[in-house]
Amino acid sequence: MAEPAPKSNPTEERLDTLTMPQNGWADAARKAALARVREMGLPGRRDEYWKFTRPDSLVQPTAPVAALFQNEEGPLFGDLDRLKIVFVDGVFDAEQSDDLTLSGVRIDRLAESADIHWASDLYGTLEGNGHYVPRPLAALNTAYATDGVLIHVTDKAEKPINFIYLHENETSDAILHHVVKLDPGAELTLLETGPAAARFNKAMEVDVADGATFHHVRAQGRDHERRAATHIFARLGAESVFKSFTLTVNGRLTRNECVIDITGDDAVAHVAGACVGDGDFHHDDTVFVTHDALRCESRQVFKKVLRNGAVGVFQGKILVKEGAQKTDGYQISQSLLLDDDSQFLAKPELEIYADDVACSHGSTSGAIDEEALFYLRSRGVPAEIATDLLTLAFLAEAVEEIEDEVLRDALVERLQGWLERHRG
Amino acid sequence: MLNIKNLHVQLEEEDKQILKGVDLTVEAGKVHAIMGPNGSGKSTLSYVLSGRDGYEVTEGEAKLDGEDLLEMEPEERAAAGLFLAFQYPVEIPGVGNMTFLRTAVNAQRKARGEDEISAADFLKVIRERAKALKIDADMLKRPVNVGFSGGEKKRNEILQMAMLEPKMCILDETDSGLDVDAMKLVAEGVNALRNEGRGFLVITHYQRLLDHIKPDVVHIMADGKIVKTGGPELALEVENNGYADILAEVA
Repeated sequence: MAEPAPKSNPTEERLDTLTMPQNGWADAARKAALARVREMGLPGRRDEYWKFTRPDSLVQPTAPVAALFQNEEGPLFGDLDRLKIVFVDGVFDAEQSDDLTLSGVRIDRLAESADIHWASDLYGTLEGNGHYVPRPLAALNTAYATDGVLIHVTDKAEKPINFIYLHENETSDAILHHVVKLDPGAELTLLETGPAAARFNKAMEVDVADGATFHHVRAQGRDHERRAATHIFARLGAESVFKSFTLTVNGRLTRNECVIDITGDDAVAHVAGACVGDGDFHHDDTVFVTHDALRCESRQVFKKVLRNGAVGVFQGKILVKEGAQKTDGYQISQSLLLDDDSQFLAKPELEIYADDVACSHGSTSGAIDEEALFYLRSRGVPAEIATDLLTLAFLAEAVEEIEDEVLRDALVERLQGWLERHRG
Repeated sequence: MLNIKNLHVQLEEEDKQILKGVDLTVEAGKVHAIMGPNGSGKSTLSYVLSGRDGYEVTEGEAKLDGEDLLEMEPEERAAAGLFLAFQYPVEIPGVGNMTFLRTAVNAQRKARGEDEISAADFLKVIRERAKALKIDADMLKRPVNVGFSGGEKKRNEILQMAMLEPKMCILDETDSGLDVDAMKLVAEGVNALRNEGRGFLVITHYQRLLDHIKPDVVHIMADGKIVKTGGPELALEVENNGYADILAEVA
C-alpha cells in the first residue's frame, strides 16, 4: 500500500480538485492513467521536457482568471458547410450543435457512451503509449476528461466536423478528450476553433488505418489571457496521410504537443503551425515523430511572429528507428522577431538508427528584411502595410501546408486581421 | 521637375562624405544621363533621393515639383511621383508579384486621394503592359523577383514603372547584367514611357544603354560632384576615350 501523498505535493493538490467520471468502458483506462500521473508527477519547472515553458499555471489547482475577449470578427469557417459540435467552457451545448449524424461517420460523446465501445481499445492507449517522454498532463486528461467526442470514420466523411470551443466564463477549467478512428481508406477533415476555456487541457487520439486520410486544421481563439495544454497522439498505418495545422493568435500560454507514431510503410505525416504573439504571450510547440516503417515522409513546419516580449518555443524531434529505411524527414522552425524584447527558443533533435534515410532540420530567428521593406516602401507601400506583407510572407510556408484553399484563405484573413490590430 | 542643389551626403555609420555638392535639374519631358567611374557617388544619389536608410544629408536640398523630397518617407516620395529602378532588385519570397504591384498602385492612389483600381481593371492593364515587356503570366504570379534571371528582374522593374506611372524615373544601372537583346527590351519599355510630363535620370557606366535610350543631357559625375555637363556627344566621348581624359580636363 502506498502512503498517502503529503499535502504539499502539487500533483495531489491538483488531483484533489478533480472527480473522475464513470463511463464503464473507460474506467479501467482512466484508472491506469491516474496511476501514470501519480508515477510521473505533474510537470514542474525542473523537468527537462518543460525547460522553456513554465508549467505552473497549467498545473496549479484552479485556473487563473482569463478575461473574455470581444471581437467583431464573425465565426471562423462560418460560411463553410460543416457539422458543428459546440462546447461552452468545456461543456457540450446541444442547442448550438448540429445533430451528431454524418454519412460515413459515427459520432458519440464521451460523457454519454456508457456501453462498451470501439473506443475502449483506443481511449488512453495512444496517450499511454506516448513513450520516451513523460506527458503527465495528457495522462491527467485521460483520467479526468469530462467529455469529448468519439468519432469512428468508416468511409469518406460527407463534410468536415468542426469542434467549436466557446469561452464564456472567466475561470473555466476544461478537460476534453477526443478519439478519432479512421478505418482503412476512410477520410475526415476535422476543424477545431475557439479558445475553449480560461484553462484548457485537451487530448486527442487519432488512429489512422491503412490508406486513410486525416486532415486537421485548428485555430486556438483570440482570447489574450487563456491558457491551454493540448496533445495530439496519432498512429499511422500504411499509406495513410495525417496532416495537422494549428494557428495560434494570442493566448497567455499555449503548449501544443503532437506525438506521431508512423507504424505502416509509405505513410505521410505533416504537422505545421503558425503563431503570432504580442506582449504577454508564450507559445510552445513540442513535436515528436517516430518513424518505424519504410519509405515514410514526415514534415514539421513551424513559424512564429513575436513582438513586445512574446516568447516562442519549439521542441521538435524526429526519431528514426532501426530498419525504417528510406525515411524522408524534414523539420523547420523559424521565428520573426519584430523587436529586441521577443524571444525564440528552439530545440531541434534528430535521432536516427537507420542508415538509408534523408533527414534535415533547421531553425532560425531573424528580423524583418530591411532591404525588402525598403523595396516595398520605395514603390509606395506604407511601412506598416509592407511589414504586414512581409510578415504574412514569412508565415506562408507554414500556412501553405493546409491543402484546402478555402480553409487556408480563411486563416490568412484572420492573420491579416490580427496584424492590422497589432501594428506599431 | 527634379531640383537638386548643393547636395552633400555622408554615410551614417562612418564619417565618410560621398556626395560633395551635387547640383542637378531635370526638366519634365527630358532624359538626363549621369555617367561616371565606380565610386563617384551615382548610386548613392539614387538611394538618397528615394529615401534609403544609412545616409545623412549634411547640406543642400532635393525637390520634386517644389516638394522637399528629403523630408518625406520613401512611400511618400513614391506617391509624390518618384520611382527608382533598382540596380539590384530585391527578391521577396512569399509575396506574389501581382499582389505586390496592386498593393503598391492602390497605396499610391490612396495617398493621393484617388480611388483604388478594381481587381479587374488592374488585371487588364497589367497583362497588356507585361506583354509588351515579354513578361508572362507565370512571372506575374511568382513571388517578387524570386528565381528571376537578371534580365527578368530588370524587366520587372520597368513593368513596375509602367504600372505606377511616376513623374520622375531614376534608373540605376539598369543595363548592368543585361545582354544586348534584354537591354533593347528594357530600353523599349522605357522609351514607351517617355512623354512630355515625365522626367528621367538614367545612371550608367556605359554609353551603350544610351544608344537605346537617347538622352537630352549627359552629366559626368566624379568624386561626389557633377564635373561636366553636355549633350549626347559627351557619352560618346566617354565611350571613346574613357573617363580619364575628362577628369584630367576638369581637374
